[in-house]
Amino acid sequence: MAEEKKLFKVKIDNISVEVEPGTTILNAARQIGGDIVPPAMCYYSKLEGSGGKCRTCLVKVTKGSEADPRPMPKLVASCRTTVMDGMEVANITSPEVQDARKGVVEFLLLNHPLDCPICDQAGECHLQDLGYEHGADGTRYEFKRRTFDQIDIGDNIKLHMTRCILCYRCVYTADQLTNRREHGILGRGEHSEISTYIHKALDNEFIGNVIDVCPVGALTDRTFRFKNRVWFLKPVDAHRNCDKCCGKTVLWMRGDEIFRVTARKDKYGEVEDFICDTCRFDTKETSAWTIEGPRKIDRHSVISQGHYVGTVKPKDTIVEVMDGRQPRLLMDIHSISQVNRPEIDLSKIDGPAHSDDFNNAKS
Amino acid sequence: MPRYLVCNADETEPGTFKDRYLMEFLPHLLIEGLLIASYALGSHSTYIYIRGEYAWIPDILEEAIAEAKQNGWLGKNIQGTGFDLEIYVQRGGGAYICGEETALIESLEGKRGNPRIKPPFPAVKGLWQCPTVVNNVETLAAVVPIINIGGEEYAKIGIGKSTGTKLISACGNIKKPGVYEIDMTISVEEFIYSDEYCGGIPKGRRLKACIPGGSSVPILPANLLLKTAKGEARMMTYESLNDGGFATGSMMGSGGFVVLDEDQCVVRNTYTLARFYHHESCGQCSPCREGTGWMKRVLHNIEYGKGKMSDIDLLWDIQRKIEGNTICPLGDAAAWPVAAAIRHFRDEFEWHVKNPNAAQQRNFGIAHYADPLPVAAAAV
Ligand SMILES: Cc1cc2nc3c(=O)[nH]c(=O)nc-3n(C[C@H](O)[C@H](O)[C@H](O)COP(=O)(O)O)c2cc1C
Ligand code: SF4
Ligand code: SF4
Ligand code: FES
Repeated sequence: MAEEKKLFKVKIDNISVEVEPGTTILNAARQIGGDIVPPAMCYYSKLEGSGGKCRTCLVKVTKGSEADPRPMPKLVASCRTTVMDGMEVANITSPEVQDARKGVVEFLLLNHPLDCPICDQAGECHLQDLGYEHGADGTRYEFKRRTFDQIDIGDNIKLHMTRCILCYRCVYTADQLTNRREHGILGRGEHSEISTYIHKALDNEFIGNVIDVCPVGALTDRTFRFKNRVWFLKPVDAHRNCDKCCGKTVLWMRGDEIFRVTARKDKYGEVEDFICDTCRFDTKETSAWTIEGPRKIDRHSVISQGHYVGTVKPKDTIVEVMDGRQPRLLMDIHSISQVNRPEIDLSKIDGPAHSDDFNNAKS
Repeated sequence: MPRYLVCNADETEPGTFKDRYLMEFLPHLLIEGLLIASYALGSHSTYIYIRGEYAWIPDILEEAIAEAKQNGWLGKNIQGTGFDLEIYVQRGGGAYICGEETALIESLEGKRGNPRIKPPFPAVKGLWQCPTVVNNVETLAAVVPIINIGGEEYAKIGIGKSTGTKLISACGNIKKPGVYEIDMTISVEEFIYSDEYCGGIPKGRRLKACIPGGSSVPILPANLLLKTAKGEARMMTYESLNDGGFATGSMMGSGGFVVLDEDQCVVRNTYTLARFYHHESCGQCSPCREGTGWMKRVLHNIEYGKGKMSDIDLLWDIQRKIEGNTICPLGDAAAWPVAAAIRHFRDEFEWHVKNPNAAQQRNFGIAHYADPLPVAAAAV
């Protein structure tokens, strides 16, 4: 007999949604989408046991359930609290939640070096987004910030512990994707640090994924380090036949050159499928990949600003003009101009663009 | 599915040493309590998780366990009942956080002592994912008299909801520090001053403040300690100590009773506690990991003559943002002492800011908090 599935009715910021029993408040909010989704810095749907640590996703349960309508006494971590039938939750409608979240952001930034200008993660950093949306203008912390030495985890990964927010995502990744446990946390409290057990290099086919799960610039790709700013690169979806992983990646390109390879991430910054280190670190020739097309980045980070449609490979070029070079795959062509507002589809303009094109469009 | 009973003997709360006394001098009482509780719960493997610093006590417990075994009170088929029980003693590594029940369970499993995120609670998924009950040494030892004289009879001791007896470990500026078993019918004043208990304060000094239930509970100034805000005598009971909530009351907590005389500095005391919580935070969640260190540093500045007036409000704001927003109650435990100190002794903080040199030269605070209160314009 097919069991009848009863859905739970939940209200988040006065918006109703029906979800399956066992769903967390955070995932129920994600089903609704939009502004009411609490920020999540440590929860990662693909990693078992993750969440509950950063406390950015705190919400107020104003009504426990239909059966027991009492509100919960404290704010709860929405990523680790499952819904009950009839539950009512306040996130952006609760000043208490907003205030607590502001506090959490301040705590997360307290010892953060704020070295964004030299950090590879800048532009796609969740902490930048979080600070921008919920943080204060300045710091109230007048003490020396804690620092750590940088560590190379093998040839490909750099650990910059000073930037770490101790979300434990990389620990769960190393634990769940790789078969040996070498990566964990040493020390306690403020002195906790991510470590491969006594600096042992993690040598594993999937360990590169710790870079993708890291919300900040604590774990970065050494093959990409300081090569380019992420927002100057064009992300394209690409795939190859890989015997180790799904082979579906995003290539971050400039012209014909692949600067880095990452997994594909959804709008919450979570990877869709983990990829292997061969695809990530060792496959940087364009010829090895089948390019599918531009990747739309659905996040509010800087990287999503580089909108463009259509990748064009020019067919006829005058070799002399190109200095003898062969045409490159992507000509950095922005079909939609973001610079001159209103937005104009450049391909619709007959001939070279002229300021009149924009002025006329405005009127 | 197996079920487990775990005895929490991690006793690390500053000011608390009653479990040590029980284990040191009455180990068989604990074993008897464990035996009864294990039988009731159906636990065949019961653990005593003991604080690492109690280095000499595991031997005492092991010896008592061996004696119980020899006499057929532990092991297989105990006294012909068909019930089997083994009691194992596990030493901790010296971390306060491993007294939190889920961190204790993690540590017992051989992992890093990080508190788990609840739910699930240990009674559903505890040790090795099996249903587990975690209880304190004193709780389990109290099972014995309850079974012997019956629950009803035992509940006749005490007043109101504070039934039975309670162990109080008294320390600080009192003549007779030690562990006292009280029947929760006496007043705080009697407990401090009577010769039967603490014997008063040495050197004829006056009482200034007291932390009545271990370092985590709010500190109370003498006037609010001896009398509630309603003007009634404060009793050594759960209800009376909590009378007035956190605004004017405190808690029985772990029974660690720390008395401060008029020469003690509340700022220094608060700084010492903040150092403790900073040192003991497991670092899992951001408000506690970052906030405890911040509070410690701000308090250090105030205590060492580098404080600003705005630091007092800053401290208040930090503790407010930690409290209630963390994974485990250690965050609250770190926030409460700071909150209570500012709530009741704000001008002592202000005095430190205004008199940075004096604050460094002398090691005590403002005496006008001492009883009898109020002492008009006490010399500062
Ligand atoms: C940070 C922290 C430390 C704790 N330390 C102890 C401890 O040392 N001993 C103890 O019995 N309970 C301690 N507890 C309380 C335990 O989590 C648990 O509530 C207790 O063992 C239950 O015992 P009871 O119900 O018999 O009192 C601590 C709790 C927290 C949050
Ligand atoms: S290194 Fe990155 S992923 Fe790992 S705990 Fe730190 S912030 Fe999280
Ligand atoms: S409140 Fe403190 S001790 Fe408790 S889990 Fe969080 S960081 Fe660890
Ligand atoms: S995302 Fe929920 S606590 Fe970090």
